[in-house]
Amino acid sequence: MAGEKRNIKLRIDNVKKIYNSRNGEMIALNGVNLDIHENEFICVVGPSGCGKSTLLNIIAGLLEPSSGSVYCDGKEVKGTGTERGVVFQQYALFPWMTVKKNVLFGLNLQGIKGEEAEKRAMKYIKMVQLEDFVDHYPKELSGGMKQRVAIARAYAVNPSVLLMDEPFGALDAQTRTQLQTELLETWEKEQKTCFFITHDVDEAIILAQKVIIMSARPGRIKEIVDIDIPYPRTQETKMDPKFLELKNHIWGQVYQEYLEVRK
Amino acid sequence: MKEKNKGGKIPNKVWLLISFAVAMVLWYLLSLNPKTARSFPNIVVTLQSAKTMIERGVFWKDIQSSLISVSAGFVLGFILSLPTAILMAWYRPVRNIIEPWIQFVRNIPPLAYVPLIVISAGVGRKPQIIVITIATFLIMTITIYQGVINIDETLIKAARVLGATDKDIFLKVIAPATLPFIMTAVRLGASVALTTLIAAESTGASAGLGMRIRSLNNSFESEPMLLYIIIIGIIGITVEKVIKFLERKLTGWQEKREI
Repeated sequence: MAGEKRNIKLRIDNVKKIYNSRNGEMIALNGVNLDIHENEFICVVGPSGCGKSTLLNIIAGLLEPSSGSVYCDGKEVKGTGTERGVVFQQYALFPWMTVKKNVLFGLNLQGIKGEEAEKRAMKYIKMVQLEDFVDHYPKELSGGMKQRVAIARAYAVNPSVLLMDEPFGALDAQTRTQLQTELLETWEKEQKTCFFITHDVDEAIILAQKVIIMSARPGRIKEIVDIDIPYPRTQETKMDPKFLELKNHIWGQVYQEYLEVRK
Repeated sequence: MKEKNKGGKIPNKVWLLISFAVAMVLWYLLSLNPKTARSFPNIVVTLQSAKTMIERGVFWKDIQSSLISVSAGFVLGFILSLPTAILMAWYRPVRNIIEPWIQFVRNIPPLAYVPLIVISAGVGRKPQIIVITIATFLIMTITIYQGVINIDETLIKAARVLGATDKDIFLKVIAPATLPFIMTAVRLGASVALTTLIAAESTGASAGLGMRIRSLNNSFESEPMLLYIIIIGIIGITVEKVIKFLERKLTGWQEKREI
């Protein structure tokens, strides 16, 4: 996979974001430049408040940059688009809809209805192994299951880019490991460009081809670390000396930024 | 909160009977004591007073009249509160201008402004409905407004990234997400409509449960008075049960139940 010539899927071009608050201006992102290739798996790590989520929201089209632009397939991003799917940390499932209706939501909005929609929804519900829960409401599901539904819902509209904002952050360690494995399996099956935000350095290394380390406020890219550990990666990968070396390095960098924030 | 499991073997329906029996015994004791007997006449005599009121030809008319005023006021209050609440949540100027006054008027007992309404609207059905409309409008507007502004914003974001337009978001996200608050508003509104009844019917009504209680007071007939009070209570609890049933049917998907 590595070394192949691939198209640039997302180009983040000198993106700045300034928030106006009561205490004056707050620079959340101060000139971020990044090219993300097609089907690349990128993880972004950095201390809280470094602008990771802001960057994701700008790529998603949910926020406008103060200056600079994001390009998806060469076209400037203006607002949301179904080629860019988002998975939120808080699941964001519609609580009044069953699992199936949640997954159908995006399909129906695209005008895909009836049997075709049903078939596609069921395909992704099976992918996340929730076929026994199609008619359950979110309140009847565990956190891990809710996030699986959210992932199925995002996949169902077939985006080429998947933006994930600490999707496993609220889950317990076992569920998180399980979902990481599942996510990698689906990513290897249905290639998509993944932009994944996390606090967890282990998670970043196990998932990503490239880890982006962001600096403390105002957010910028501090370092891009290539993770040249071959897939498929498993939990044993975490014992690999290369893994430990990368972890040591990335963790040190993030911790330095964390100390910056505390100052 | 976890209930302590004392008496856990007794089913709820039996508890209800026990509670009823306790209240009856208490009522009976109060009716024996000469000091309290004037407020709490004998149970049988109180129930029998229904016959007297029917014979006077007012019993059913009173119930009917009150139900008409309460329903009309409630329905009008609801129809006005829904768009007001949504406009308040949507547009800052609307909210900033209206909200302080809603909070202000809400804390004034309706009985206080009834005379002013009678001066303009005259006596009869009209002022009754106006008083109940005002009271229900205030409580329902505040409740629905709170619901709309507390909608989880990530739900709207999630819908947007799945391709929803503004119209989709309003109809498919905001409307269903607000439904639990609308149901709560309906329940609180119905309760306020009934508690405002006495004030509403002090507007020179010719019939009605509230009006009759006041007139029976003037003739010191405490038996039918107590009966009428109990009837208001029965109507209240019946309405609440019906609305709660609808709430469970319509918004059973909620994670938590509030208020």
